[in-house]
Amino acid sequence: MDNYFQLFGLGERYSLDQAELTSTFRNLQKSVHPDQFVSQGEQAQRLAVQKSAQINDAYQTLKTPLRRAQYMLELAGIDLKSEQHTLRDPSFLMQQMEWREQLEELKQAEDIDGLEQFSDTIAAAQRQLTQQIAQALDAGQHRQDAPKWANEVRKLSFMDKLTAEIAQAEDALDY
Amino acid sequence: MAYSEKVIDHYENPRNVGSFEKDDPQVATGMVGAPACGDVMKLQLKIDDDGVIEDAKFKTYGCGSAIASSSLVTEWVKGKTLDEAATIKNTEIAEELALPPVKIHCSILAEDAIKAAIEDYKSKQPA
Repeated sequence: MDNYFQLFGLGERYSLDQAELTSTFRNLQKSVHPDQFVSQGEQAQRLAVQKSAQINDAYQTLKTPLRRAQYMLELAGIDLKSEQHTLRDPSFLMQQMEWREQLEELKQAEDIDGLEQFSDTIAAAQRQLTQQIAQALDAGQHRQDAPKWANEVRKLSFMDKLTAEIAQAEDALDY
Repeated sequence: MAYSEKVIDHYENPRNVGSFEKDDPQVATGMVGAPACGDVMKLQLKIDDDGVIEDAKFKTYGCGSAIASSSLVTEWVKGKTLDEAATIKNTEIAEELALPPVKIHCSILAEDAIKAAIEDYKSKQPA
């Protein structure tokens, strides 16, 4: 079976064109629409439905930066999605802890300006980490040193969580 | 998802929330995180001259099960030696709190926090 990148006719790279991905997705879905297989019998229709589900999974995985990075590590042999791994990087985790304390204080103080500033800080940190990961994955470094880049992608999931919590806090403050 | 009564109790009345001074030579700090859910947990043990844990504190940013797991662990480790504390297994935590399978990683995180704290303490001792 083709991997998700192959399915979309893409090279195995982290950087991709979202608009192009979406248009490829639509074309692929059209090509396997069950209506096109009516004359070819039930078997062909069933296969088309399966293919359609696979294309859908591939699209959901490739379009989301974190999931795309996780998938590339999966292809390199490290399953990040279902692991029960514990990250033990004290300085990174201490920073995460401080940021979450800060977010809690801003929420309690209903400090909308502070929250906005904080959101910018986190977005910048996330951008920096994402750039590092993008460069490494584009260059295929994760195939040489999978454990190292798996750890960087794990860090990205903490940043994603923090970003989601900031968005929630902003919604809650009706901002 | 329904939480067990024990999880809710620890979540609503967490025991031993807070921090010790991490540079204190008697304090061991375990920092761990679960990439699967983005939870972060800090467990600190205060260890007396006989190597017995006299006090414990935690701070956890995560779901109810992660908070309950770390809260429970602070109760369990008090009065234990480091070697005894090191034998606490995630399965015991999960069983006590009746954690569902999808929340087992919270108990693993709490077990790993104890181990990380013990390692931190050992690294602080003069060779």
